[in-house]
Parts: sequence; C-alpha cells; structure tokens
Amino acid sequence: MEIWDRTHECMPRPEIEQLQLERLQATVNRVYKNVTCYRNKFNALGIDPEALGSLAALQHLPFTTKEDLRLNYPYGMFAVPLREVVRIHSSSGTTGKPTVVGYTKNDIKMWSNLVARFLTAAGVTHDDVVQITFGYGLFTGAFGLHYGAETIGASVIPMGGGNSEKQIMIMQDYKTTALVGTPSYAITLADRMEKMGIDPKSLSLKVGLFGGEPWSEAMRREIEQRLGLSATDNYGLSEIIGPGVAGECQFKCGMHIFEDAFYPEIIDPDSGAVLPPGSTGELVLTTLNKEAFPMLRYRTRDITRLDYSPCACGRTHVRMQKTRGRSDDMLIIRGVNVFPSQIEEVLVAIEGCQPHYQLVIDRHGSLDTLEVQIEVTESIFFDEMKRQRAFLEQVQKKVESVIGVGISVKLVEPGTIPRHEGKAQRVIDRRQG
Amino acid sequence: MELLKLKNVNTWYGAVHALKNVSLHLLPGEIVTLIGANGAGKTTLLNTVSAVTPARDGDIRFAGEPIQQCEPERIVELGISQVPEGRQVFKPLTVEDNLELGAYLRFRRREPRKAIRADLEEMYTLFPRLRERRKQLAGTLSGGEQQMLAIGRALMAKPTVLLLDEPSMGLAPLVVQEIFGVIAALSRDKGVTVLLVEQNAKAALKLANRGYVLETGKVILEGVAAELLENPEVQRAYLGKDKKEIWER
Repeated sequence: MEIWDRTHECMPRPEIEQLQLERLQATVNRVYKNVTCYRNKFNALGIDPEALGSLAALQHLPFTTKEDLRLNYPYGMFAVPLREVVRIHSSSGTTGKPTVVGYTKNDIKMWSNLVARFLTAAGVTHDDVVQITFGYGLFTGAFGLHYGAETIGASVIPMGGGNSEKQIMIMQDYKTTALVGTPSYAITLADRMEKMGIDPKSLSLKVGLFGGEPWSEAMRREIEQRLGLSATDNYGLSEIIGPGVAGECQFKCGMHIFEDAFYPEIIDPDSGAVLPPGSTGELVLTTLNKEAFPMLRYRTRDITRLDYSPCACGRTHVRMQKTRGRSDDMLIIRGVNVFPSQIEEVLVAIEGCQPHYQLVIDRHGSLDTLEVQIEVTESIFFDEMKRQRAFLEQVQKKVESVIGVGISVKLVEPGTIPRHEGKAQRVIDRRQG
Repeated sequence: MELLKLKNVNTWYGAVHALKNVSLHLLPGEIVTLIGANGAGKTTLLNTVSAVTPARDGDIRFAGEPIQQCEPERIVELGISQVPEGRQVFKPLTVEDNLELGAYLRFRRREPRKAIRADLEEMYTLFPRLRERRKQLAGTLSGGEQQMLAIGRALMAKPTVLLLDEPSMGLAPLVVQEIFGVIAALSRDKGVTVLLVEQNAKAALKLANRGYVLETGKVILEGVAAELLENPEVQRAYLGKDKKEIWER
C-alpha cells in the first residue's frame, strides 16, 4: 500500500519530537504576537511564551475551548489579517452556535495533503472515482475530501448531500469506486438500494471513507457487508482543520494522527490534567503549522485513547481509537456515565436490528429514565406478542449489562426517527436543568 | 537522523538575551535558511553553533554528539565551517594564502599535501576568477570575489556543514546569482549541508529546502521554503510585498 508523504508519516519518533518542538515553539511565539485572545490569556496567567522548553511543558498552557471561539466571534482568533485568508468555513454546530475558521493559501495546500494521506492509506489512488456525499457549504467535510482526492489525482464527483436515488444512479452509471460521507448515510444508501432492488455487489465500490460522527466496529461490519467495500474511519474537526487530523490505514487499528501537523494530548475532562499514555480521556489538539487559524490545546470534547505502539503499515504516527463519544455528549443517568456509542454497539450487534435508534432521557420525580427507541423492521417484528416481548427483553438486558443502568426499550414505526443527510440526532434529553 | 540539531538554545550578549529557546535542525544535504530582520539573532545563531559566542544553555548536537562545550577549533575539526558576515578575508595575504589557511587544521593534522593541493585546484575550478587572481592580495579583490574567497577558504576545511552569513550583502544582483549558484551546486554535487543566513529573504527561500523565520531571538515560523515564500506574514515582513499596517478589524 502506498504512503502519501513517507518523509513525514514514517519519521522516527525522536525526529517527530524535534520537529514538533520546533513548530510548537514557533506557534506559541506567533499566536502570542498575533492573536489578542492568547496574548491576554498568557499575560493574565503570567506565562512567558518564550520559556516553553519541551513538548511536555505544553500542559502548563491554558486550554482553548469552543467558548473562546464564541467570545471571539467571528474573526478574533485569526492569526493573519482577513485579506490573507482565502477560505472561510464554519463548524457544523453539533453543539450550540457555529464558529468561524479561516485558511490561507498554504493552509489549503497543507490540508489537501493531509487528506491525501488518509485517502492513500485507505487505498484510494489516482485511478479512483470518488463520490462525495457530504454537504458542500460551510461544513469542512466535503471540501476537505474533495481537495484531498484531487491532490491525489482521483476523479471527484461532488454530489453533495441528499437525494439518495440520484446518488445511487450516479454510483451505478459513473462507476464510483470510493464513497465519502457519514457512516449513517452509508446505511441509508444501503437501505435505499435494498428498497430499489439494487444489489450493491453489482456496483464498482471498493473503498468507503466515513467520518463526521462516531461509529462503532459493528456498524463498520454492517456497512462493509451490505455495500461490499472496505470501510475506513477518519477524524477531524473544523476548529482544528476539518477532516485530515487523523485517518485509518489498511490495518484499521486506530487512526494515525498526523503528528507533524498536530500535537495530541489526552486529559481528564473533569480535572483537565494530562493523563499518562494509554489512558482513555478527552482529546486535546494543538496545531503545529497552521497559518490563519492556529489552535493551542483545543478541547475537542471527543473521548478516545492513544496507542503509540508500532503499526504494521510502517507509519510512525500515533493511533487514536475510534471516538467513544463526546465528553459533552456523555449522559449522566442516575449518576452513571453513559455514552450513546456504547448503546449503539449493542444495538448493531443484535441480529436484524438496524441502527436507526434514538435515546430519550427524561426525569420522573427524581428518577432519570432512559428509553431506547428502535425503528421496527421486518426482521425484528414478530406476529406473536410473546416473541416480540422476548425480543425487547433481550435488547433491554444486553444494553443494561453494558451501561449498568436500567432502561426501557420501545419499537417505533419505520421512518419516524428523523433521517439526516448529515449528522445523527441520537439523543433527546427532556430533563430540566 | 538530523545532522545538526539545536534544542532550546539560549545565548546572551552580556545582559541581552539574543536567542530565546531556539530549536532547529538540518537534515543531511539540506539547504536551510534563517531569515529575519536586523537584530533578530540570525548571526548570533551561526556564532553559537560555531562556538564563537557559545550558548548559555540548551542542547546542540552534530551527528548525534553534543558539541556545545566544544571550542571553535574543535567545531571546525568536526566538520562545521563558518563563512562570516562581511567576508573577513585576510586582506594583506594572497588569494592562495587565504585558501591554504582554510586548510590550517588539515596541515596541522599532517594530511598529505597532495590532497590539500587537489582541493585547492577544486576551489579554482569552482571559482575560476580566484585562479586568475591567485597571487593577488585579497584586499584588492572586488566584494564578490572576496565573498567567493571566503566561501572557498571555508570549504578548504572540507566541512560537512557550511554556515553562511549574509553572502549576498552589498553585492550586485548578478554576483549574488553567481554565488547562490555555487551554493546550490555545493549542495547538489558535493552533498554539503548548508545553513544560510540572509537578509535577501526571497533569494534565500528560492535556494533553500526549508527555512526558519527569526524575530527578536525567537523562531516564529518553520516550513518548507516554497511555502514560506507564499506565507503572507513572511511576504509582509521580509519580501516587501505590502505595507505593514494591513490589519483591518
């Protein structure tokens, strides 16, 4: 399998660390000079930007949060004047107000090459036809993948989101080999093909590059099986750059974080303390060579774990595990921490249970309740009440055993849980305060 | 592995903190340029590597070995030669004497005269004008010729790393082109690794593989030279592309 940027992706660890230190020092010096928010933060805490002497010393610098981006809305966090910015994107706004990010010419070039790295790692080459089903617009997903695929020299079909039947027609006629989108949309497409009586195996699909939302291994197996392609995960967020922060190689054992461009830390989301290597916690990212929108210690709110052990592919960059959810998605139900992704794992593993589900949390008196709503399909619909009840009980027990909290399970009509071409609204929390 | 590696280097001139936690590296065969305004610390950095102005703290490694405790002679012996700012040729001596002085340590090590002679010939091939003026006193040479002589003198020590301090200073554009052409050839044909300090940021970035931008003793940018050329901040501050007052908020 090819490696897009062997010099950087296979750099020995001591060299990566030297490069990271150089770039980190330069970034800290530059943001102190150019970004008022950072200068004020450093001054308030009495931090001398020139004194940063090691990668580990980064943990003494303050975090940057979504709140900082909001307070400096729209352009306050930019490190270059607006006239030097050639592109503006906005966060997808999964949580709260959008935030604005910018790119210089060099940033766009660098971003394209980072995306080219994970496309190449997944097996995409200049011979591929890449169909992009992310929505084009302020969201970084479509443009990131688009530029990366063009950088490789693949043929890009900029479909944009939605219109599944047309997507499928084009997939058939244009002989799409690589599908790009959210994993939940891949399932939607598989569903639609089933309805239209199209055998996905008759298509030319080879690789899938899915991201934009957390998804489970079980969901990967389902997508691979139903669409007949190799499904890989990639990770990114617009505040850092968009897609292109990390991506899986052919071994699918975690996403390589492009460490010459980003410095990752894992922290305890409550105390903010940096956790020892191998711990599960919140991912914090620092950009090392971005011009327009550098970020120091940005709290991603994504929960993951870093694995520094060598990877069979030859890349030396650390691997992050699939995100387990967001630290602000984490539900506290009767005092227990519950990630929606844990429940999804269970649901997808149950025979015939398609991952169209929703979690409804409510409070009766002082007691939190969690109801898992699953769309009914033929394979989980039984004529006999007894068998139906047994099935629901089975789901309930399995979920309860994983999350450790009592729940109820309810089947709902097919198609009643809102479909989304973009991100899934999996959780409805009706509790007050 | 990096051929030359600096980590958190701090250098002081008396009470002046001239280099503040500077980290940088050179890979074998690379041309790396340091750009920055007057007083940014570019020359200090070269003088720190060559131990003329030793670092107060930090880590400097040459081929993996720490060298910050070494005397300047030892640095030259290890294979790092500096071409100082303003050429600094020995004006009352002939061109050939200047070149031979560059091989001083090799004479002292009793290296075969034949090898040194051969290198002298090579310098004359590299800089034909020096051959023409071999018996002339260095002080009578033009600025460009003195620069060539200074580079030739440094090369006579057979360095693996060449530290070049403002080779274009005060020279006509055509002469600058010629000298930069020689630097490119040295890197390409002889595998010499070059750390180039330049005020002429544009020319330097066109020649180099990578670059660092220094500002008041600190590195504020590192990157591939072609990208630094495109970097708006570099263009604004060092390439004269625009006025400095373009922040518009």
